[in-house]
Amino acid sequence: MEKNLNLNLKVWRQKNAEDKGGFQEYKLKDISTDMSFLEMFDVLNEKLIVEGGDPIAFDHDCREGICGSCSMFINGRPHGPKQGVTTCQLHMRSFNDGETIVVEPWRASAFPVIKDLVVNRSAFDRIISAGGFVSVNIGNAQDANSILIPKVDADESFAAAACIGCGACVAACKNASAMLFVSAKVSQFALLPQGQPERKQRVLDMVAHMDEEGFGACTNTGACSAECPKEISLTHIARMNRDYLTAELSTESK
Amino acid sequence: MNWVTKMFSSSIGQKFIMALTGLFLCSFLVIHMIGNLQLFKNDFGLAFNTYAVFMTTFPIIKVVSYLLYASILYHAFKGISLVYKNNKARPVKYAVQNGAANSHWTSRSMGILGTIILVFIVVHMKNFWFEYKFGHEIGYTSYFTNMATGELKAEPMSAEYTQFNKIEENIISNETGQYRVVVVKDLYKEVATEFKEWWLVALYVLCMFAVAFHLYHGFQSAFQTLGINHSKYNGLIKFIGIWFFSVFIPAGFAAMPLYFFFK
Repeated sequence: MEKNLNLNLKVWRQKNAEDKGGFQEYKLKDISTDMSFLEMFDVLNEKLIVEGGDPIAFDHDCREGICGSCSMFINGRPHGPKQGVTTCQLHMRSFNDGETIVVEPWRASAFPVIKDLVVNRSAFDRIISAGGFVSVNIGNAQDANSILIPKVDADESFAAAACIGCGACVAACKNASAMLFVSAKVSQFALLPQGQPERKQRVLDMVAHMDEEGFGACTNTGACSAECPKEISLTHIARMNRDYLTAELSTESK
Repeated sequence: MNWVTKMFSSSIGQKFIMALTGLFLCSFLVIHMIGNLQLFKNDFGLAFNTYAVFMTTFPIIKVVSYLLYASILYHAFKGISLVYKNNKARPVKYAVQNGAANSHWTSRSMGILGTIILVFIVVHMKNFWFEYKFGHEIGYTSYFTNMATGELKAEPMSAEYTQFNKIEENIISNETGQYRVVVVKDLYKEVATEFKEWWLVALYVLCMFAVAFHLYHGFQSAFQTLGINHSKYNGLIKFIGIWFFSVFIPAGFAAMPLYFFFK
């Protein structure tokens, strides 16, 4: 049933990376509960443009929960109050009439703010470049059935591969640690035969790069997994710890 | 960089040592608990005092105890440095952060809980370990066991009395019968006197809550760090972590000062 809300928004505004930034308050009237959170922001931005103001910069792309672009820290939680959804899939029916909603960008030294709610998440791309891939020969693709993969392994790998790299894990973690993201990217290959040749070097390189980027260490609070829109499990972090320690102890390179 | 230095300076490597030293300290708590249960024995402290001599003189125990001191220091100071480093990973804090929505408060408070425990360890070691090894306040007590009836009597020695060995044992006979006489440094009496101070008892009991909450997260967390996270074992690890290390062990330790206070 459709219902309209009046809302008070407190949004982080920051001109650029150097600007100190601060909260700006906005009042919105007659917001439909059927709107997504980002559509509510579109309404606000249109209002700001009409009034001659600067619209709020925020990341978005597919708006169907699979691209990992949207990244708002809403009322103290990444992607807002619901479990297993991204901000674009969060609907205004999750909020109450007259509620004050505080919206902040992801906070981490490895994710510097570019403008308003947009942060630079290139650190994730650099971690992937350090080893989050498999090297394959060119030519025709092999027959899919020529390499046998147990169903449980395929499922587990797929669950890890569901990571959309949005950075909610880093945003939720009290240490701004990227362990859940990196462990998902390590696990999706570690569980498959195609990932085996580079398995040890991959985890060493990716962890080394993760540390270089200035993410914190893991305290196993589980906040990352609880807030992950794709509900990536902590078992992947345990697997990465295992792989990292055995790789460090057993690779040929000194 | 040498691979050993590289491994132990990486985020996972540092956590690995935190987990290993943490579990070692947990195993110490079990031994410490079993030994201290002798405080509840109704023998004027004979068993406890004999045990205290064994723990401070037996060579293997001595080696392990130095390893233990090193582990406590490493775990504490590495922990503090990790909290500092992890804080730096988020230089600008959130205005609103709802941590309770996604994690247990103990897991977010390991640094402060650990600091309370470190302060407690310093106080605790000053009270008993330092007094026992270097202090002059702890006197000697003679225990007479009637070898025919098993009847036990304890008599404090004079304040000036001292002996070469921490424990000396003799058999004496007189007209009332044959006695086994044990003269030993009376740590039991020190424990019994110290725990008559209400503020010290309160401090000990409060600190045991810190131990309980630290281990509520810490024991389980150590296994996750070591890479042990499997549906076959998780239930057992959780059960031991919560019921044994976070309830039974701290409750048992808290019972000791309370027992002497109300005795």
